Amino acid sequence: MYDIEHLYEAKTVEEAVSLRLAYPDAVILAGGSDVLIKIRSGKLAGCDVISIYGIDALRGIHMEEDGTIVIGSLTSFSHITQDPIIEKNLRVLGEAVDKVGGPQIRAIGTIGGNTCNGVTSADSASTLLSYDAVVELTGPEGKRLLPLADFYLGPGKTDVREGEIQTSLRIPKESYEGHEGYYIKFGMRSAMEIATIGCSVNVALNDEKTALTDLRIAYGVAGPVPMRAKKTEEAFRTAELTCDTVKAIGESVLSDVHPRDSWRAPKNLREHLCRQMAEDALVMAVKRSGGVISGMPESDVPAKDFLDITMFPEAGLDPKEVAR
Amino acid sequence: MSDRQYRLVTCTINGRERTAMVDVRASLADMLRGEYSLTSVKIGCEVGECGACAVMIDGECFNSCIYLAIWADGKHITTVEGLTKPDGSLSDLQQAFVDETAIQCGFCTPGFLIEAESILEKGRIYTDQELRKLLSGHLCRCTGYDNILRAVRKVMYTRNGLPVPEETKEQPVVIQPEDIQ
Repeated sequence: MYDIEHLYEAKTVEEAVSLRLAYPDAVILAGGSDVLIKIRSGKLAGCDVISIYGIDALRGIHMEEDGTIVIGSLTSFSHITQDPIIEKNLRVLGEAVDKVGGPQIRAIGTIGGNTCNGVTSADSASTLLSYDAVVELTGPEGKRLLPLADFYLGPGKTDVREGEIQTSLRIPKESYEGHEGYYIKFGMRSAMEIATIGCSVNVALNDEKTALTDLRIAYGVAGPVPMRAKKTEEAFRTAELTCDTVKAIGESVLSDVHPRDSWRAPKNLREHLCRQMAEDALVMAVKRSGGVISGMPESDVPAKDFLDITMFPEAGLDPKEVAR
Repeated sequence: MSDRQYRLVTCTINGRERTAMVDVRASLADMLRGEYSLTSVKIGCEVGECGACAVMIDGECFNSCIYLAIWADGKHITTVEGLTKPDGSLSDLQQAFVDETAIQCGFCTPGFLIEAESILEKGRIYTDQELRKLLSGHLCRCTGYDNILRAVRKVMYTRNGLPVPEETKEQPVVIQPEDIQ
């Protein structure tokens, strides 16, 4: 039994908005894998709750006519990884959210909840940020769109205003078209773990595949909120693909990030990770784009994706193929 | 709490439609154990880490301790009681757990069985690494996981009418002095 004072249940977005206006202090409950834990631990004990989990209209992924990918805020991580639109166009996001917690957490955890709770370690956040995701909020005055980067106000604080709930995340076509990316999560364990550092890099290459035409690097846990390495991106956006560039990017990200000491990891380990993971994720993103980094020995390019297994729909084999 | 809130929750549990008046503060685990005496649903950590309370909801495996009972309205729920055949005999998966000694204290077993069943229902053949990832949401402090993996693997092949292949032994990673600079 959870220590909840009053529970209000919304079945539609309109109901949620009116409940938000009527009970502004109530906590919004999406999948509950953060909120229910906080109620249990006592941090939120005795709170009022607005459950929006029942709003089925906020589930699912579709592509709009202009190519924008719209992910309903209540879509669970497992459904994102299983979605053919994501698999085809935004593979990195499917991979990133497949690293959250364990299978059951991915079944209940929602991408909206992951971004709205404002934690820096959210596995979805760095990849969404690197793809310039736009947050759609619905309130009494209608819909409001704002870039995900501006949605984060501080640790645990996001720009969800009075009467509003987050209704979807939108990825514009120009951010994913022609781009390939890679996400690395570093944690002490490979399941049921919170990222020590998460790094998502995506690139676009020129026709000869010898130089970058676009570079985006985003981090989780490298600062109080998920962040982009803007200075590095500016400096290396159109750099030639050489070993020196990779090293220089690794060096440069240290001027962008400002991780801190915590019980999970010390600052200097996090800085080391920021640098190493930017380099590794860049190499992998370039490899996926079909590019070659000149001067990099073959042995330095991972033969296959580190230890990553992602449960895309094609994971596993058809028994008929095995029988043959 | 003076003004208690209750909600009528109707759901299909192990193939039977059931209705109960449930306190809105109850978790699904509370409801399944308290209202329906389905005590295969074990309450372990109560924060969604250990997987002992796992149940299948509409074909997907969820931790029932962090799932509100009211959310179950209209859903199809399967617990281990629903895996057993109508005459009470064990399913192939349950029998494989027995045969492979995948059970010691048994507390994690219902969660593993439900998770394994949801994996097997996808009808795919997974590698050992993929199976490990798919089973990673459950903690077992007794078996060391190998026998559990072996049992799930065995049923995965036999259900698809395939011979169970030899196990691939994982090679330990040995770091040579020259690797460290």
